[in-house]
Amino acid sequence: MTTLDAKVPAGPIDNKWTGHRFDSKLVNPANKRKYEIIIIGTGLAGASAAASLGELGYNVTVFTYHDSPRRAHSIAAQGGINAAKNYANDGDSVFRLFYDTVKGGDYRSREANVYRLAEVSNEIIDQCAAQGVPFAREYGGLLDNRSFGGAQVSRTFYARGQTGQQLLLGAYQALARQVALGSVKLYNRTEMLEVVTHDGRAVGVVVRDLVTGEISSHSAHAVVLATGGYSNVFYLSTMAMSSNVTAAWRAHRKGAFFANPCFTQIHPTCIPVHGDFQSKLTLMSESLRNDGRIWVPKSADDGRPANDIPEEDRDYYLERIYPSFGNLAPRDIASRAAMRMIEEDRGVGPLKNGVYLDFSDAINRLGKDVIEARYGNLFEMYERITDENPYEVPMRIYPAPHYTMGGLWVDYNLMTNVPGLYAIGEANFSDHGANRLGASALMQGLADGYFVVPYTIADYLADWLNIDPLATDHEAFQEAEEEVSGRLEKLLSINGSRTVDSFHKELGHIMIDKCGLARSKEGLEEALDRIPRLRNEFWSNVRVPGTDDTYNTELAKAARVADYFELAELMCRDALEREESCGGHFRVEHQTDEGEAKRDDEDQAHVSAWEWNGYGEAHTHHKEPLTFDYVALAQRSYK
Amino acid sequence: MDLTLKVWRQNGPDKPGEFKEYEAKGISEEASFLEMLDIVNERIVESGGVPIEFDHDCREGICGTCGVMINGHPHGNQKGTATCQLHMRKFNDGDRIVIEPWRATGMPVVQDLIVDRSALDRIIEAGGYISVDTGGTPDANLIPVPKEAADASMDAAACIGCAACIAACPNSAGQLFTAAKLAHLNLLPQGQPERYDRTIAMVEKMEEFFGSCTNHGECEEACPKSISINNIAFMNRDYLVAKFKDRRKAGQT
Ligand SMILES: Cc1cc2nc3c(=O)[nH]c(=O)nc-3n(C[C@H](O)[C@H](O)[C@H](O)COP(=O)(O)OP(=O)(O)OC[C@H]3O[C@@H](n4cnc5c(N)ncnc54)[C@H](O)[C@@H]3O)c2cc1C
Ligand code: FES
Repeated sequence: MTTLDAKVPAGPIDNKWTGHRFDSKLVNPANKRKYEIIIIGTGLAGASAAASLGELGYNVTVFTYHDSPRRAHSIAAQGGINAAKNYANDGDSVFRLFYDTVKGGDYRSREANVYRLAEVSNEIIDQCAAQGVPFAREYGGLLDNRSFGGAQVSRTFYARGQTGQQLLLGAYQALARQVALGSVKLYNRTEMLEVVTHDGRAVGVVVRDLVTGEISSHSAHAVVLATGGYSNVFYLSTMAMSSNVTAAWRAHRKGAFFANPCFTQIHPTCIPVHGDFQSKLTLMSESLRNDGRIWVPKSADDGRPANDIPEEDRDYYLERIYPSFGNLAPRDIASRAAMRMIEEDRGVGPLKNGVYLDFSDAINRLGKDVIEARYGNLFEMYERITDENPYEVPMRIYPAPHYTMGGLWVDYNLMTNVPGLYAIGEANFSDHGANRLGASALMQGLADGYFVVPYTIADYLADWLNIDPLATDHEAFQEAEEEVSGRLEKLLSINGSRTVDSFHKELGHIMIDKCGLARSKEGLEEALDRIPRLRNEFWSNVRVPGTDDTYNTELAKAARVADYFELAELMCRDALEREESCGGHFRVEHQTDEGEAKRDDEDQAHVSAWEWNGYGEAHTHHKEPLTFDYVALAQRSYK
Repeated sequence: MDLTLKVWRQNGPDKPGEFKEYEAKGISEEASFLEMLDIVNERIVESGGVPIEFDHDCREGICGTCGVMINGHPHGNQKGTATCQLHMRKFNDGDRIVIEPWRATGMPVVQDLIVDRSALDRIIEAGGYISVDTGGTPDANLIPVPKEAADASMDAAACIGCAACIAACPNSAGQLFTAAKLAHLNLLPQGQPERYDRTIAMVEKMEEFFGSCTNHGECEEACPKSISINNIAFMNRDYLVAKFKDRRKAGQT
């Protein structure tokens, strides 16, 4: 086990980023065009990075498996994006946003990174407004704000219920401008299947054209992964259907450490599962908790319809247990509270797997029009799925996997431990510790892409001036291509009797059951026994139809599920070794008398970064110790 | 419920296509339309066949990836609803459902129900942005935007780029898509400096791929986000003004 160096600059926290930018090497404007940079992914992080690096003059090549960069999973974010503008004049500041984010992450994130995030948050809003993102406005024409979980100030900027869509379109349009100018080359419907390294550095990637099946190599001075999160390891989640871990996992297998894989977020407000055939879960934005009140019946198995249950028989449990934050308690806390209600048989709905989110008070107080203006599109979405009208009957909601705080380990420069390989956005582990606060993923994706990586990458590139990228006929690329085509051929040749989805579903069940909202030593050990057996069955009994020279969704899915098996195992191992409860990671063995998460700051105040040692071999566990100089470690309390 | 599907199958861009029939038995009313297709595909794979390819991703009506013709209607006939948000409770037991890809020369079939919509990216690349580089932008509140303008801009910006409007149009016109992006940007103060150049560039790029608008109004009807056809009038007006300005500029030089 080695101790990792995060390369955090010295000096007071509010001067680290400025000082670091001054100390870093620069690439002069005329030299920028001598560099090739590959970016994988066109979500908020990838599109903003590609546009910004293109504007600076680098030669950028960007890949996405989507048919257009505009469709990345980021498009689905509903609620909003945080910034420390203090426009609401309610006491916000960079320091408070930093403080809330470190505390919200249950003290498992790196202070210096979080501070930088809070610092650049304001510039993000300026940038997006200048691009024409149609943020919500007050009548005077200035920007409107709302509050999100885990904060007592209004710092969330939004564009109706479609904030992610509008921010992504802003970044996509900036990217489109660079594509038109020729500084960025874009490959759509193209999936990266291998990172190529040489002499310990990242030198390029191997990709596959999803339409023709053609496999090709691309080389560069640096590779940036902006490939999103891995919640689909649970099969059912709020992630887009094709979101997957493959890019990050392939990088991991090439030496990049995977950090805190067990830190996953289960979001409290999703529409409950309705049947076996279900393919995906739908989020109801956390912003609804601004006006909706969460409750369950006081007594178990109360069979009455919601509107027949009188006030005195309702338990507004979040308001009761967490009076100061009430319905805006952070996600991990709200999710576990809902789970406890359902375990007490107080769940509602046909499958008794939900809790109510009730707008009747808000509608009485503010009028239906106001509620409709705030959440109309979410209410419609809910009605389409459930056939129930939330203006009249309370919504039913339940926690669902939603976000992954874990990801590739990166240093302060957002570089992985493999030189030349960067990870940004949800794909890295950096800023959210053990729990992400609402409206801060959009902030992080855009911070990384617009304002961090365009600076930090120069420091690495400066040393490679006038050195061409490795030629793609080099054997490092040939080997990687063979590895990719071999893997796909193997998947097509098994011709077993089970579909890819049937394996994915079974894996998802194990994961949600044993490594979901609550985890125990026993459960995790059981999962660690079952996952490898399922993986072996997959490799001998999966049926992948079709060929590799046409569009073949099943083949693409099979390759992704294969990687999920390996990730799932690592998640369970990480959860087993993290002998504490913190944020989204709740070990039943470690809880307070009141059933809240109990951290162990003596032994566990570190990032766990795992090193791949080969297929079927145990990973090596590295640790990055975390120190808290500005936010005092404390038991998180939202009471 | 039990259904019969008649689905367009085409094994690649340059291959001939044909309709094939599939039985979809025992489908739950709670299933979404795409979940129904998932079930059919699982059965096809289990019985040794090659599943039906269709595009989809978010399955909540926001990414614009999904979209097929259902009984002749883009995204089916529930108003303001993308294919992925359709639920089987809107169909009846025993229904026969015809499923086809979008049809337009500017959007060739890739495989089965999947089409190539990259023409839409080309239209955005022609001018669907505000030219600001990263960094150095003024404080966001220095650019006040009247609430009405912000709201109207957002209404247009809600377009998900699915191309149902083009599929619905008898002329395969790309007007609603293009007009929605123009309205999003041209209604905002930030969009003014490039307003007329943007309009000309995007309209002319659009015409390279798609047919012309003869006011059928099918596009608005088909749009899963109910984007208003008024945006097209706004675009046409800006285009005329732009052309006029262009001539004036030419006269000055
Ligand atoms: C329903 C929902 C609502 C949310 N709401 C909010 C919110 O209100 N506020 C907030 O702050 N956060 C929210 N989040 C979280 C936030 O949206 C995401 O964390 C964030 O958008 C991730 O952005 P990203 O750029 O890192 O990745 P993504 O947007 O996931 O993009 C990944 C990109 O990588 C590409 N890619 C991946 N792998 C490969 C590969 N192998 N080859 C080629 N391309 C590849 C994809 O094509 C895609 O372009 C929400 C999340 C969900 C699920
Ligand atoms: S799948 Fe995203 S809009 Fe239908």
